[in-house]
Amino acid sequence: MSASKKDMRTPLGRVLAHGSARSGTGDHIRQRVTALAMVPLALFFTGFLVSLVGADYETARAALGNPFIAVAALLFVVAAIMHMRIGMQIVIEDYVTGARLRSIALIGNFFFSYAVGLACLYAVAKIGFGG
Amino acid sequence: MAEQRQAVERPLSPHLQIYRVTITMAMSILHRIVGVALYAGTALVAWWLIATATGPEAYAAFRSVADHWFGQLVLFGFTWALLHHLFGGIRYLVWDEIAAMTPKAADRITWAAILAALVATVLVWAVICTMRGAI
Repeated sequence: MSASKKDMRTPLGRVLAHGSARSGTGDHIRQRVTALAMVPLALFFTGFLVSLVGADYETARAALGNPFIAVAALLFVVAAIMHMRIGMQIVIEDYVTGARLRSIALIGNFFFSYAVGLACLYAVAKIGFGG
Repeated sequence: MAEQRQAVERPLSPHLQIYRVTITMAMSILHRIVGVALYAGTALVAWWLIATATGPEAYAAFRSVADHWFGQLVLFGFTWALLHHLFGGIRYLVWDEIAAMTPKAADRITWAAILAALVATVLVWAVICTMRGAI
């Protein structure tokens, strides 16, 4: 592909954001890394939640207030919202046709992921700081 | 010219109904469906955390729904969905390492993931039921 003589952009500037500029695999890698992080976290929290079966309010709050549990919960939430945002985006891009509907779905995906994620982070922080 | 080009019958790539259903194909579809279910399920996690952060009344309101038989059914489904997506997802990490790439090996780890998720779900709920009985 030869650049026209009037094109004053650098060769790098011409290819960035147009495909093979080493950025196309960003979400793919992010999806795998968050998955890897969530393998131990999901197993741990399954056990943690089972331990809270029938727990009263004070017990549940104290358990979540433990700094180790709280930090693990924050990690889990951050990994999960990244993972679910990417996953749902792939599903939308595969099945939702029509530019407008697709835009709405993609924006809704961002809103839902961040709203749920921040609600979880805020709650864990509030419990941890005893507010 | 453009009209002429449209008239040319081009071969279409075969879709789902053409292929024989394999376990890896079924699992791929299920992995997505379960992923979407988990996506919705995060709202329940947020509810539980917010309720616990808010106070005893909000926590009691969550408990009353969670302890209801329908709530328990949803939580059972949530447990299976999480474990199924977890074990199913590990396969992708294995394949990323260019391991278990032959059809036979791929089928084997897929069945292993399905079974592991089912066994783990039953185990988790056996523990929960035992704890319930002890309370």
